[in-house]
Amino acid sequence: MESIYLAIPLASLLGAVLAGFFGKQIGRAGSHWVTILGVGTSFVLSLLVLKDVAIDDAPIYNQALYTWMVSDGIRFEVGFLIDSLTALMMVVVTGVSLMVHIYTIGYMHDDPGYQRFFSYISLFTFSMLMLVMSNNFLQLFFGWEAVGLVSYLLIGFWFTRDTAIYANLKAFLVNRVGDFGFLLGIAVVLMYTGSLDYYEVFDRADRMLFATTQVIPGVDWTVITLACILLFVGAMGKSAQVPLHVWLPDSMEGPTPISALIHAATMVTAGIFMVARMSPLFELSETALSVVIVIGATTAFFMGLIGIVQNDIKRVVAYSTLSQLGYMTVALGASAYSAAIFHLMTHAFFKALLFLAAGSVIIAMHHEQDIRKMGGLKKYMPITYWVSLIGSLALIGFPGFAGYFSKDAIIIATKNATVPGAGYAYAMVLMGVFVTAFYSFRMFFLVFHGEERMDKHTKEHLHETAPVVTFPLIMLAIPSVIIGWLTIETVLFGGYFDSAIFILNEHGAMAAVADAFHGPLNFVLHALYPGPAYLAFAGVGAAWYIYLKKPSIAEQAKAKFGFIYNLLDNKYYFDRFNEIVFASASRGIGNVLWRLGDALMIDGLVVNGSARLVGWVSGIVRHVQTGYLNHYAFAMITGLILLLGWAVLG
Amino acid sequence: MYADWPLLSLVIWTPIIGGILVLFAGDKEPSGARKIALVVSIVTFLLSIPLYSQFNTDTHLVQFVERHSWIPAFNIEYFIGIDGISMPLILLTSFTTVIVVISAWEVIQYRASQYFAAFLIMEGFMIGTFSALDSILFYIFFEAMLIPMFLVIGIWGGANRIYATLKFFLYTFIGSVLMLVALIYMYNKSDGSFAIFDFHHLPLSMTEQILIFLAFLVAFAVKVPMWPVHTWLPDAHVEAPTGGSVILAAIMLKIGGYGFLRFSLPITPDASAELDWLIITMSLTAVVYIGFVALVQQDMKKLIAYSSIAHMGFVTLGFFIVFRIMDVDDAQGSALALEGGMVQMVSHGFISGAMFLCVGVMYDRMHSRQIADYGGVANTMPVFAAFMVFFAMANAGLPGTSGFVGEFMVILASFKASFWIAFLAALTLILGAAYTLWMVKRVVYGGIGNDNVKALTDINKREVLFLSLLAIAVLVLGLWPDPLVNVMHATIDNLLNHITLSKI
Repeated sequence: MESIYLAIPLASLLGAVLAGFFGKQIGRAGSHWVTILGVGTSFVLSLLVLKDVAIDDAPIYNQALYTWMVSDGIRFEVGFLIDSLTALMMVVVTGVSLMVHIYTIGYMHDDPGYQRFFSYISLFTFSMLMLVMSNNFLQLFFGWEAVGLVSYLLIGFWFTRDTAIYANLKAFLVNRVGDFGFLLGIAVVLMYTGSLDYYEVFDRADRMLFATTQVIPGVDWTVITLACILLFVGAMGKSAQVPLHVWLPDSMEGPTPISALIHAATMVTAGIFMVARMSPLFELSETALSVVIVIGATTAFFMGLIGIVQNDIKRVVAYSTLSQLGYMTVALGASAYSAAIFHLMTHAFFKALLFLAAGSVIIAMHHEQDIRKMGGLKKYMPITYWVSLIGSLALIGFPGFAGYFSKDAIIIATKNATVPGAGYAYAMVLMGVFVTAFYSFRMFFLVFHGEERMDKHTKEHLHETAPVVTFPLIMLAIPSVIIGWLTIETVLFGGYFDSAIFILNEHGAMAAVADAFHGPLNFVLHALYPGPAYLAFAGVGAAWYIYLKKPSIAEQAKAKFGFIYNLLDNKYYFDRFNEIVFASASRGIGNVLWRLGDALMIDGLVVNGSARLVGWVSGIVRHVQTGYLNHYAFAMITGLILLLGWAVLG
Repeated sequence: MYADWPLLSLVIWTPIIGGILVLFAGDKEPSGARKIALVVSIVTFLLSIPLYSQFNTDTHLVQFVERHSWIPAFNIEYFIGIDGISMPLILLTSFTTVIVVISAWEVIQYRASQYFAAFLIMEGFMIGTFSALDSILFYIFFEAMLIPMFLVIGIWGGANRIYATLKFFLYTFIGSVLMLVALIYMYNKSDGSFAIFDFHHLPLSMTEQILIFLAFLVAFAVKVPMWPVHTWLPDAHVEAPTGGSVILAAIMLKIGGYGFLRFSLPITPDASAELDWLIITMSLTAVVYIGFVALVQQDMKKLIAYSSIAHMGFVTLGFFIVFRIMDVDDAQGSALALEGGMVQMVSHGFISGAMFLCVGVMYDRMHSRQIADYGGVANTMPVFAAFMVFFAMANAGLPGTSGFVGEFMVILASFKASFWIAFLAALTLILGAAYTLWMVKRVVYGGIGNDNVKALTDINKREVLFLSLLAIAVLVLGLWPDPLVNVMHATIDNLLNHITLSKI
């Protein structure tokens, strides 16, 4: 088994290396074949691992691969931890990645950077696998930053576009703010437990539980709370939680396949995965969980609201991703880690589907992304239409679809959570259901139904996209329907995660969900009782009425609630705030320090100043050396008299 | 087979003698001098490899020792040898010199033989500085290497080179004079020995220690350079030719860091503990203050020069945070901090060297270092752009590259001392990425900025060669730093034991 574990990431890496360094030699087709073979191998082997873990109950594998470094008696290692959580993540990552690889053949067909693109997405798959398979914090951080690097390269893939290279810099820097916290979190963990190995750290977690530290003098903090909050800052960056969410909408500048793979299905869920992995630590800090749930709830609702006013098809999906990541975070805060991972999985499928379907629309529309210029695409693109419908229904949690199971589990868990802030979170996730349904179907109706608003030229060329594009869509649509039915019982209630996720007994949110669960069918029928499902129906209905039936309402509402509209349209002014406060201020500080500190004070005053001082003194002293004998004689005599006088009188 | 060879002397003197040969070769036949220079630099590098492969990692005692009387009247000796902190820096020097020779190949046409000779001779002096165990021998090498560098900047430098050379020379010279005074004082105290290890065991009162510490501080802080005595570095870099910048950044700055470990910490441990706050403050200022300054630079070389200062801040931070960590109960983290500082020095040698070479590659084509003159270089130089982005990421401390390792170790260790020190140090994660990648955005990415960029040709095989060598070094050290860290353990542990014992 060991060699299989090793082969999984390396197969993807090999594809990336071949396509990246020998892209010219192996050509375009060669590049997509090697990378697809690589990732395909990773996928098949991951399935094997999942079977091994889930069905054959394989023991947990926890081994070092090699010793990265030993310093101060601390072993820094690279190694794998293969348990139920890892196996699930591996399948999700490689599965979505494989679909995206195939889809890319169609989407990037005419792009000159074809080979480079395949190399990057395979490299991403490798990095993400190393992240989820890690058995220690060091490698986690490696993977963490490596996926950030690939994300940077891919957002800026079309590097001649100013918006793209602005977005990728922004994404990298905002993520670095998160990583800054993350790294400090790792430092706390290392210094209090003396190890970076997950299991050793978890075993010694009580050292952090019973220690206090003073970050601000006079205020005692439990170390575990400090550690968890710092680690969570990292998760906020990677999983785009308020206020570190600002990079994700802009990341849509990248080609659509990577929006699906990186900025929806996998990388952005790394933060969720990380917190679930760290459940033995987070469980010990009520305060940290409380922070998690409040941040998550805020993201879930308020980012969803922005989705309502967006007109770019990809940005609508992006805001919906933010909002869904918020749901997962809420689940983490509610100690419903398994529900968070479950939603992560279903979301990976239906959100990748929605993005790729949006990409299909974009191809058909000749790279027009404004949904106000679409409409009535149903009859031109039947496959895209149906898979989009499936994806949207899954997203809004329509009973029976994948998202229903996971989202409902989160909502029930939140209702039963006891950490401070759970009440607020419950209200937010409930309202979020309506908002999600509303913006999803607003987009759906505007794109596929109603009046055909595109120009004549585009209209004439409208047709369904190639099979290489629609095949992955269908492959992703299938799990978007059935994955919930099939897996909810095992994943949430079958003890699947017992060995990977730790929950304190007093955090009974998941136990409450389990009590309410009597088989998947019953769970679906449960929707008939008053509850979130009706909010979803209401959202769809409202979207239908406003955007199909009576479009004038939207305009009236925009005029009437101008203040709210502006607030949403400007995304709560986060970007402007950051631009002024952080970006401009940093440049300002830099300039002041440089011009005043370095140039004026140090160089001007001290360095050149001392040089001038020497020059000035010597200039004066020079006057003494006049070269006239009588001056010297006069000085000598004066001196002599003074010395004699001093000798006599003194 | 090497057992009886004076291997270390060979590594010191081969490049110096080779350099003189190159001088004699002259410029009549244009490729003659550079061919000899390449052979000499490669031979020196090969000779230096046994210093690593034959190195005994189990002992802190100096190895490859050669000790002969030199000036008996003052008991000055030709006393050389290496341990875990000097050996990696010697290899870094011999490796970097090969790179510099290749990088200058066709680029330097004016007085080429003298140019190559200067670098070879400088290499010998620098290796001598790292190997010297007699303080006067150290001092002579330390001063001597300034001369070729002075010439390199003064002859092959830019428009404002005279100001830069003077500033460079005065700064470093004034610093080292104070050091000489300290050395002579200790010579008298120790009954006529200039051996550095005798100074290590010399009992000194607190006042003596503080004065000696300050004398060393001035000498080494200027070299590193630490804030606020750093302003000579951007000027020197901007005026220096590419090779000069590479050696300056990759090796010469390290001599300051090395000096702290070889002299300041072991000779004046009590003063170092007493004044640790001063160095820590200066180091953090370097990281944060200089980080902001780097952000607004318009000149690429200046930007990289400032980024060097910020990165070297981690070296001095790592060396002196140790005294704070030792105050905490179990003191775990001290070795991590020291070794982190050392790793940072080696890594910075690779990365800053590579960054300056990247600027050099562009400068050779465009004759401009201004960021504003570029834009969209990736369109015309895709291969080069890949290297540039890679090294920029290394400069920003991306895990998997060597730039991450040292910073990671020092930040982890500083946390033991204080949350806020680690907090300020970790700001480099954001600042380093900001100034480096913002430059990359403006230079490499974007649409083609102007006709000059449009006319650029991608790097040739020779340029691919030296950039690849550095890229491999950066990657290997980032993915597997153990071979480097491993050779330091014994020396660092011994040093830590030494500095915990008070000399008063």
